[in-house]
Amino acid sequence: MPSVYEVFRRERPGAAMQHAGSIAAPDERFAEIYAREQYGRRGESDALWLVPRDAVQEIDDFVDEFDLKYRRVDGYSLKERLKEARELAGSSRRDEPGTP
Amino acid sequence: MSSPSRVDLLLDLADDELILGWRNSEWTGIAPFLEEDVAFSSIAQNEIGHARALYELAARELGTDADAVAFDRPVAEYRSAPLVELRRLEWARTIARHWLYETADAVRLEVLKASDDAELAGIAAKIDREEVYHRIHAEMWIDRLLGSDEGRPRLDAALDELWPYALGVLDDELRPELVTRVEAKLGRSLPDVDPVPRGKHETELADLLEEMTSVRRSAPAGARW
Repeated sequence: MPSVYEVFRRERPGAAMQHAGSIAAPDERFAEIYAREQYGRRGESDALWLVPRDAVQEIDDFVDEFDLKYRRVDGYSLKERLKEARELAGSSRRDEPGTP
Repeated sequence: MSSPSRVDLLLDLADDELILGWRNSEWTGIAPFLEEDVAFSSIAQNEIGHARALYELAARELGTDADAVAFDRPVAEYRSAPLVELRRLEWARTIARHWLYETADAVRLEVLKASDDAELAGIAAKIDREEVYHRIHAEMWIDRLLGSDEGRPRLDAALDELWPYALGVLDDELRPELVTRVEAKLGRSLPDVDPVPRGKHETELADLLEEMTSVRRSAPAGARW
């Protein structure tokens, strides 16, 4: 029976590896050739990682019984806090590129 | 035996790669499983890429272009080995042919890489860098079929059928090396048979060329793609 391998791909040196897809292959040798052909033949990758799916530890249960909104990104408005901070500092919104 | 001219040598290689590339591409869409379909089709494309580079060198000497050399010759002028011409749309035979061809091709490329003709040595080295992966692919399939109760007898039958054709890919002096490599991998001896030599075409070649050149023949002269 073939095994499934998850393939990660890097577009250029220094970039982050990103999940590209998965392949089914009878063993690691086949997996290497198939990954090269599916994710490397067009020059679209600078490196690949091949990970047997069995080696992936999945976590999909997250507990938040007490609804701690303030720990979530949508828990409070960053805009409001920045406005308050600016008012405290007596300055208005800055328009330089890159400032929030 | 007189040694073939440079153009003939280029055409031996180019015609083998073009015809085998075409034959292998007949699996596109119907290979045993999706990943193999993509890989085998990609290998077929590589072979046709090698053929194009070789036709370009030949065309320069012949004062024409690569497409004309590849598509406009009569069947009798093709120099391909009968091994690549056979239509064998059955997986054990396809793998047997793929591996026998890649093994023979490796022997031939090693000689060419050491050629005094720098251009020939250069293109042989370039082709060989891609063929490395074709050989890995072929060998892992051979290992897999040999290791299976269903695969082994089917592969063995295919190898015995194709062996005289495989010998015909190489000139006399290179054949012993092919025998050594093939027997070492299989761990058995192969029948002592007469090679089916290059230049004696299988009837399947005419059908293949008919299909392969149909678009080119249907277009008005001077059409650009």
